[in-house]
Amino acid sequence: MCAKKVTQKPTEVKTTGHSWDGIEEYDNPMPRWWVWVFYATIVWGIGYTIAYPAWPLISGATPGLLGASTRADVVAEIQRFDDANGPIKARLVQADMTTVSQDAELMSFAQNAGAAVFRTNCTTCHGSGANGIAGKGYPSLLDDDWLWGGDIENIQTTIAHGIRNTTHPEARWSQMPAFGADGILDRPQIAEVVEYVLMKSGQDHDATLAAAGETVYLDNCAACHMEDGSGDIAQGAPNLFDAIWLYGGSREAVTTSVVNARFGVMPGWNDKLTEDEIRAVALYVHSRGGGQ
Amino acid sequence: MFSRARPPSKALNSKDRIFPVTTPNAAEPPSLYAAREPIFPRRVYGKFRTLKWWLLALMLGIYYITPWIRWDRGPNLPDQAVLLDLAHRRFFFFMIEIWPHEFYFVAGLLVMAGLGLFLFTSAAGRVWCGYACPQTVWTDLFILVERWIEGDRNARIRLHRQNWNAEKIRKRAVKWTVWFLIAMATGGAWVFYFTDAPTLLVDLFAGQASPVAYLTILILTGTTFAFGGFAREQICIYACPWPRIQAAMMDEDTLTIAYRDWRGEPRGKLHKNEIPAGQGDCIDCMACVNVCPMGIDIRDGQQLACITCGLCIDACNDTMDKIGRPRDLIGYLALTDETAERAGVPPKSVWSHVFRPRTILYTVLWSGVGIGLVVALFLRSPIEVNVTPVRNPTFVTLSDGTIRNAYDVRLRNKQGSDTVFTLSVPFDSGLALELEGLSGPSVTVSANQTLSQRVYLNAAPGTPAATTDRSDIRMWFEERGTTNRVHHDTVFNGKDQ
Repeated sequence: MCAKKVTQKPTEVKTTGHSWDGIEEYDNPMPRWWVWVFYATIVWGIGYTIAYPAWPLISGATPGLLGASTRADVVAEIQRFDDANGPIKARLVQADMTTVSQDAELMSFAQNAGAAVFRTNCTTCHGSGANGIAGKGYPSLLDDDWLWGGDIENIQTTIAHGIRNTTHPEARWSQMPAFGADGILDRPQIAEVVEYVLMKSGQDHDATLAAAGETVYLDNCAACHMEDGSGDIAQGAPNLFDAIWLYGGSREAVTTSVVNARFGVMPGWNDKLTEDEIRAVALYVHSRGGGQ
Repeated sequence: MFSRARPPSKALNSKDRIFPVTTPNAAEPPSLYAAREPIFPRRVYGKFRTLKWWLLALMLGIYYITPWIRWDRGPNLPDQAVLLDLAHRRFFFFMIEIWPHEFYFVAGLLVMAGLGLFLFTSAAGRVWCGYACPQTVWTDLFILVERWIEGDRNARIRLHRQNWNAEKIRKRAVKWTVWFLIAMATGGAWVFYFTDAPTLLVDLFAGQASPVAYLTILILTGTTFAFGGFAREQICIYACPWPRIQAAMMDEDTLTIAYRDWRGEPRGKLHKNEIPAGQGDCIDCMACVNVCPMGIDIRDGQQLACITCGLCIDACNDTMDKIGRPRDLIGYLALTDETAERAGVPPKSVWSHVFRPRTILYTVLWSGVGIGLVVALFLRSPIEVNVTPVRNPTFVTLSDGTIRNAYDVRLRNKQGSDTVFTLSVPFDSGLALELEGLSGPSVTVSANQTLSQRVYLNAAPGTPAATTDRSDIRMWFEERGTTNRVHHDTVFNGKDQ
């Protein structure tokens, strides 16, 4: 406080008594209720730091008397949703998968739950749009071409156990011979059968070679891929005469497939996902447009 | 204009209104707070008071009665005329039904409310504060109750000063009870806007209503009781931002309440029922101060605390009539009038104050938004459709080479009955339409629901749509059994060769 003498008219608002270089401050005080509220917030603030986690320590913070924890809240909240979803999950586990779509409530639940499971677990390989990666061996789940079957039961089995998955005894398994690398076919034969497949799938081809390739195809390929090229879902043999190519349909890609064979692996999920999650994601995949 | 950051003291007589002066370096440091000085507004009669009573009755009537108006909308929809149905995310206003995606109507109404405030403030100052603000209306109501129970100003001052005895306890208890009942009715009426009112009323008394309803009533009861009964003018002075903002809307043509000091000053008392020579018309009767709900003296000039309620005009006119002087020593006046009147020139008419470029601009903007909203309301389609092409992936090749595009279609059925919508694309587009999970091109949307449906369009291999990168297509939606038909333009992505 400065000790400077201040002159003041009697009707003016009094000053606070401070003076800095002749500048003074009017004393326009806050209303009493406001000040009380301000003090109350201070008291509240002290109480709050005692009751709730507040003061940072070296590892963590003071826990607070009420034991409040947002982590525990999240756990409780997740538990609450799990409990709330318990009955419908039980219904899903017991449901006949082929008729779930007739139960609007159950189907809606499965769609939403399945979408969440898919986003978390499947998008790494199959893409967030379930479209796979064309030509790289990650199949699109949206089309009508299924290596191991596109009906709901087959999709469920594939998800549960995986494909060529050594850790699951029940996983689907097959192995295409490496016709070139293992010396089963020689180079001209490979060239012929490639032209034949290109011809049958409606692409540009060498007609002479393709005609010669038919015999090679029937002798070596038709056992799994069938004479009409439609493949065999029992052993994951793809349809070779359609427009969809898991590893690319160009001359080079088909030649590579014949020479070295392909061995696409998918993990099994029944040890990571619960039964209801597998069923939900199977129904989700089945309803993406390609389900059979 | 605002001479002080704080209104002058509102004490009981003029002597007390002078601020005490302390020596700056007194041993006792100045207090950090100031106690509120109670205000005891006197009863007043006059045209502004009458107008305010009518407005009070009208606005409280609207507030309390509106939720009880019924409006038949059919079997599955609520029959409450004004209902903010938060649970189902609908807003009903008589024949209008607003869905969440049409929230811009509410935004538009808020814009209109804002522009309306600008308009009224620039034309007539703080008319909102003085006549229509809930704080003013409920405070008026609470003061009315106070006067019924405790008597007029002098009786109330006496009661305020006297010690707590049986009379004071009784009067205070009755007053606070009535205030509390009004406050509860106020908070209670609010919740009726959000749920069916008759059902909720029964539920409230049966203890069956939702905790949110009780909590809302509790909070609004508390705030009404505290703001109307005790905080009163402090809300306007300390809490409300609007008095600060509206200074920007006012100019020298804005009508505000002013004291004609060139007529009134020098003020002085009557002598033998006559105004002594050389004295102005103001006889310092304090009527304008005594009736003021804000506890200010309008003769100090226009000030922050003045809500322009007009009661001082009534009070002063009453006095002027009694002493036989012309009315309107205090009156609605613009700054330009003041200059003109001082110079002896007749002031501009009210209308020439009100109609000026600024207010005309506000009016044009306000009506522009209003007309826009009404037009948008009438152009709303009976079928609400939204088509979103699925872009991940943009297309899917099927095994026979067919190119398939997927679309997420949202169909809104705003009617009270189930409706069947039939989807189609023009035949010459060469596209085939499929609905996910359904066999035909039709889908049923339940009453008052929104349905999400995935739609596929297939282009056979080699067709123009299949081989063009992007082609524009138009999807049609027909409501079965009516002539309602809308289309939505979207694109089909083909495999660019």
